[in-house]
Amino acid sequence: MQALIDGSRLITEALVRAGAEVFIGYPITPANNLYLFSGKRFKTFLAAPDEITTLQWMSGFATAGKFPVTATSFPGFALMLESINMAYMMELPMVIILVQRLGPATGTATCGAQGDITLLHGMLSGGYSIPVISTSEATDCWEMAEDALKTAVELRTPVILLTSKEEVMTQFSYDLSTLKEITPVVRKHYTSDETFIPYKRDNKGVPEFLSVGNTKHQVRYTASTHNQKGILEGISPEALANTISIQEKIEKNSDSYLHFEFQKEEGSNTLLVSYGITANAAREAAVKLREEGIPVSVLIPKTLLPIPDIYLNIMEEFNNIVIAEENYPGLYKKLLFGVRAPENVHSVNKIGRMIDPSEIIEEVKKHGN
Amino acid sequence: METKFINSQSLPFCKGCGHTTISQNTEIALRKLGLKLLDVILVTDIGCHGIIDKAFDTHTVHGLHGRSVALASGVSAGLNNPEKKVIVFIGDGGATIGMQHLLDAAHNGYNLCVVIHNNMLYGMTGGQPSEFTPKGFKTPTLTEGAEHPGYDICALVTAAGASYVSRISGIGDISDKLAEAFSRKGFSLVEVMEVCPSYGVKSNPGMKLSKLIEEAGIEIKVYVDREMKAYETKIREGLPGLLSPALTIETEFPHTLDKPVRLFLSGTAGEGVQSAAELFIRAGMRCGLQVTKKGSYPVTVGVGFSASPIILSPEPIMYTGAPEPDVVIVTSEDGLKFAQKLIDNMQEDKLLIIDSTLGVPETKAKVIVHHFRESAGGRNAMIMALFEYLKQYRIIPMEALMKQFLSSKISANTKLKALIEETFEIEG
Repeated sequence: MQALIDGSRLITEALVRAGAEVFIGYPITPANNLYLFSGKRFKTFLAAPDEITTLQWMSGFATAGKFPVTATSFPGFALMLESINMAYMMELPMVIILVQRLGPATGTATCGAQGDITLLHGMLSGGYSIPVISTSEATDCWEMAEDALKTAVELRTPVILLTSKEEVMTQFSYDLSTLKEITPVVRKHYTSDETFIPYKRDNKGVPEFLSVGNTKHQVRYTASTHNQKGILEGISPEALANTISIQEKIEKNSDSYLHFEFQKEEGSNTLLVSYGITANAAREAAVKLREEGIPVSVLIPKTLLPIPDIYLNIMEEFNNIVIAEENYPGLYKKLLFGVRAPENVHSVNKIGRMIDPSEIIEEVKKHGN
Repeated sequence: METKFINSQSLPFCKGCGHTTISQNTEIALRKLGLKLLDVILVTDIGCHGIIDKAFDTHTVHGLHGRSVALASGVSAGLNNPEKKVIVFIGDGGATIGMQHLLDAAHNGYNLCVVIHNNMLYGMTGGQPSEFTPKGFKTPTLTEGAEHPGYDICALVTAAGASYVSRISGIGDISDKLAEAFSRKGFSLVEVMEVCPSYGVKSNPGMKLSKLIEEAGIEIKVYVDREMKAYETKIREGLPGLLSPALTIETEFPHTLDKPVRLFLSGTAGEGVQSAAELFIRAGMRCGLQVTKKGSYPVTVGVGFSASPIILSPEPIMYTGAPEPDVVIVTSEDGLKFAQKLIDNMQEDKLLIIDSTLGVPETKAKVIVHHFRESAGGRNAMIMALFEYLKQYRIIPMEALMKQFLSSKISANTKLKALIEETFEIEG
């Protein structure tokens, strides 16, 4: 039996079921449905006076042991940047839902886009990695949202759940009985009687957690370069090693949050690559091409950053690669292949509207199979 | 034994700096209040004052320049425990860039106490003036002296709703004054006046803090001491989920579609285009169809066009766009303007349904003209047009749309209900 819902509803419910407790937000189109549903669903909901405050409040809640969530779009996200760097450095779990809209600047609030992936790639000063997990269809609004929260908690890091206007605002019929069950994340707290060292890492490279509310051990959270004790220490070898170990934590555990879809079609020499709102256009283009007797394979990355090796390994198997994304310069293609992509890597790029499957089909046919 | 809040005899500040006075007196004040070490959370940020946190054996949180008050607000609301003492150290530079956070924390009544270390300039970056630099006060980058008085932050946070606010001179034993502020529930603030021994003294030779305070007309006093409601974090248990079974729609009618049909409904904001579109897709779901619906309208929502591309399909819908809709329905001038390009590109196998007030645009598509507005008014023109579409193209039975109509609030309009029944010869 079908229900009429939208992606915002699925994302909100999934995050709450996964254990998120606090939503803090500032209104912005096209993230407002997430704000609306969160106001009805989260145990605690706070309306912040701006996006810097949003991230600071979230960070404060996280030091007290809560799992906070917000939703925004580029203009708000830009204001959050420094504070996300802070939360990354303090190793605070949180999910930031970034609903992409057309930029630059205020651009067009009511028009979707996929224009923020290179910003996310470079958002941490020093070029460190932050997990970016993306929705590509309705079911992802459920499963990727759950994984974003669990990754944030398990790796003690901010995680970006990347989506876009049409993915969270389009209403659609959906069979709710197909949604997999979500159980709340369980966080381990430091339990030893020995002195607590706030940034001492376990075998996964993740520091054990204690709230600033505990009365047994002193806890320090520090945004500046710090040693394992959380003490600001300039460029001491120990402090620099700690900074590097945050990056290592994200990279080393990347398999735990790796999600992609790979439809390998027998006899295909062409691989369609797409993500986010354009993923369904690619899926539909593949169906139509196969109906015409043109076999194509499809790769839909869902874990967008850090870029997993496996995407490049898959691409190496194909003679032709067509990457479709709703931005002008071909941003994910640039991240995958640099400023000069190999000649067999083609792109379909549009702005101001969704990419039509026929445009992907046309590009595939242009290069034969 | 006395609780040791500070773990070092030598604090990291320049000789003669008021920051040392504040830190040492903070320890004394905390002792006077009998607070336990780990019931105190010291939140600091960037500025000379912020390097103190390593000397404190309380919990410490060291954040971004000027954001400590907002960060501490989150800490306090997250702990949601008035027995915990959240103390914020911030400089006059931080209070300048983060002034909204101060007002906001006072306004919400967060349980925390802010200690502004006001040495009237940015000490960490070379002695630039802040918004708290008093009139006439010179700094290395403002040798002619400040033109305007500094902000009276005490007056501002008082107006915003603080429970306790005072300004004090940072000389001698200030522990009782700090303890007074620390002891309050809700938002309290102490602005401590200091002179930076490195930049302030050099730029204003011979100047004494007391004289400066007097000449600048800075008031040393308790601004307010009152009971204000302290913030309590609302934690709502047992909220209903967002995926209630009530959202599901049962299949009870057949449909005749063997492939998707894409409609583009275009009219005027405030004329019920979005609700008519939703009514129609819900009717489609009553017939077991898969559906999608988008809304397109200006950000101001109540003016100009309002359009809704919808898809009804016997198969799962992947791509939700509709660059070349099968059916375009236009009920107003605004709607026509917005859909004009689509109409221009329509081919012979497409259908345009348009209100009679709009004339017939040039198009290759089949056209149905009807006086929807005249018969039902602008507000209900789109519903009438959708019934008309079903009358001529029975992709789903009209009964399905009628049933959906009757289950909606719009059916309270008895005139409209009667009009639909009469026009389309259908029982309500």
